Amino acid sequence: MPEQPGKNAIEVRGVRKVFGAGEAAVAALDTVSVSIRENEFFTLLGPSGCGKTTLLRLIAGFDYPSAGEILLHGDDIALLPPFKRPVNTVFQSYALFPHMTVAENIGFGLEMLRKPKAEIKARVAEMLKLVRMEHLASRRTSQISGGQQQRVALARALAPQPKVLLLDEPLSALDYKLRKEMQIELKRLQNQTGITFIFVTHDQEEALTMSDRIAVMSAGKILQVGSPWDIYDKPADRFVADFIGETNFLTASIAGIENGKARATLKSGATIAASVADGFQPKSEATVVVRPEHAKLVKGKAELSGTVENIVYFGTDTHIHVRLDGSNDLFIVRQQNARNADCGFETGDKAGIAIGDDAAQVLRD
Amino acid sequence: MATAEEIAKAADRRDVRNRWYLSAPALLTIFFAAVGPLAIVLVYSFLTPGSYGDVKWQFSPEAWVSVLFERDIFDDTLSLAGAHISIFWRSVKLAIITTLITLALGFPTAYFMATRSEKTRDLWLFLITIPFWTNLLIRTFAVLQIIRNEGIVNTVLMKLGIISAPIQILYTDVAILIGMAYVYLPLMVLPVYASMEKLDFRLVEAGYDLYASRWQVLRRIIFPLVKPGVIAGSILVFIPAIGAYVTPSVLGGGKNMMLSNLIELQFGQGRNWPLGSALSITVMLIVMVALLVYVRNAGSKEMRHG
Ligand SMILES: Nc1ncnc2c1ncn2[C@@H]1O[C@H](COP(=O)(O)OP(=O)(O)OP(=O)(O)O)[C@@H](O)[C@H]1O
Ligand SMILES: [Mg+2]
Repeated sequence: MPEQPGKNAIEVRGVRKVFGAGEAAVAALDTVSVSIRENEFFTLLGPSGCGKTTLLRLIAGFDYPSAGEILLHGDDIALLPPFKRPVNTVFQSYALFPHMTVAENIGFGLEMLRKPKAEIKARVAEMLKLVRMEHLASRRTSQISGGQQQRVALARALAPQPKVLLLDEPLSALDYKLRKEMQIELKRLQNQTGITFIFVTHDQEEALTMSDRIAVMSAGKILQVGSPWDIYDKPADRFVADFIGETNFLTASIAGIENGKARATLKSGATIAASVADGFQPKSEATVVVRPEHAKLVKGKAELSGTVENIVYFGTDTHIHVRLDGSNDLFIVRQQNARNADCGFETGDKAGIAIGDDAAQVLRD
Repeated sequence: MATAEEIAKAADRRDVRNRWYLSAPALLTIFFAAVGPLAIVLVYSFLTPGSYGDVKWQFSPEAWVSVLFERDIFDDTLSLAGAHISIFWRSVKLAIITTLITLALGFPTAYFMATRSEKTRDLWLFLITIPFWTNLLIRTFAVLQIIRNEGIVNTVLMKLGIISAPIQILYTDVAILIGMAYVYLPLMVLPVYASMEKLDFRLVEAGYDLYASRWQVLRRIIFPLVKPGVIAGSILVFIPAIGAYVTPSVLGGGKNMMLSNLIELQFGQGRNWPLGSALSITVMLIVMVALLVYVRNAGSKEMRHG
């Protein structure tokens, strides 16, 4: 998708990063290009080892790319040292200075920028208030809880008012409840400050709930960039579909592509409508995905049929695992739970699976 | 019913660590190796010198007086012993400068070692400890060979035409400093390296990220965090440096005395064992005061940081 260069906070162009040399060389990033817009909450999502941290470190300046360029508001910064980049980082480990107090940690960046004392003091107070840590300003950072440390790390990175804030899995060390709270707090901070956030996570739910746009990465490559809705509902390829949420993969023969819709004939013989991404010309045999919540389990005949094998209760909804007739694959259907009523099926029941008109999508793989 | 006090006492009795005979080996070692000899030195310092060395068992504060004062042989008046005081001062000064030199050389060395890959670090550590395998006297003579007038330094400088006559390094304070800095350098490198190795280098990255230049990162982040190692290294260098004997006598040539040479003189040619004893205790006191001042200063700076 073409974008205006002026509107981009960060542009990564054809960046490669190779660690080691000769036989032992590893391409941690394999020709990555991505544009991150101003004031955007942009998330890098991918499994462990896919190169998220490496990309962040290149943007921060802790490492230099083997090839390619990185632009900040249109200027190439690939070779600037980190202390000359208007970019701050919230480290995965927080990396708070243990020999300084909370307030000294927050003021450190401003002090290094040689701001006047009064200004530093005011800004530190403002930051403490923003992250709700006023009462602990003079504590040593080793004497506060993990969640508090995380907030200090955030305040420390925000205090010098960077153009771009990099966050490397900042919430991964927190427990579930605190993580939810911090997610909301991060969103609030981003709205309040208008700073571009580049957020790294391997938690897909976190990515979907917080981001304006998401880049899904795998093995040093960016596979898809899009809004949470795009990524979830229109996965470009098999990896993305599999990595984000639960998905059912069906093999189908494709025919009659028209207006972004194709007729997909499933193994069961049923034909369903499946959407096809713009400009994608699927082969006659392709994989079709259906999200569990877009299918419906019915008593009579439907597009697919099978035997209920397992019923898993999740509180808000129930997952019903169905062994398909014929192909012997497992198909998962998710049903919203109602009060005082079970899902209406029992293990061993014969059931049909109804797939709606807009539920299926043809994958590139 | 037993009161809390009784219970505590009973527990105390049961505690194996409180049985005196189990601590006997430790107590004996402490008595014979530390307290005993020190007590003898202290007693000797208050006795009268014998005419052929040794001591007469006769109380006299004279040795302590002559640590700092000279008695005029004609009218018995006291005046400050300029020679002693200048030797004290020289020793303290040389020990401090040696400590600073080893710090200036040892700190970057330790930083270099700590930033190597884990596999090669052991090799560097090994190289640093190699000089320990060689006798101190031999190492000191090696330094002498290098800096003497016909030594390699002067020869090379003259061949290159930088100087026309050899520079007199040997038998100067510079020679003593070179020798001591060389001999004590590992004692600085090892403790500094030990704390540097524990340093979380992500903190260094965090410093750069927050606009600190390399110098500021060194001063504001690395240095405060490895300070325990620097303090330990400085103490380890300062104490043997102020009491150094071999290096100043070989490289200083007997002209430039340090405290140990002065003490040796009293037990040898001077035949004044009480004065030698009093001087020995004075050295210990100087070291103690220096350490107190140093550690207190280093500690209070730490407090200011947070
Ligand atoms: N300094 C390095 N030397 C050699 N290889 C490295 C180095 N740093 C990273 N790698 C390799 O590069 C790849 C990407 O690493 P990276 O840290 O970017 O992963 P990540 O996506 O952040 O993973 P995680 O979610 O586990 O943090 C990995 O295969 C890793 O082993
Ligand atoms: Mg990572």
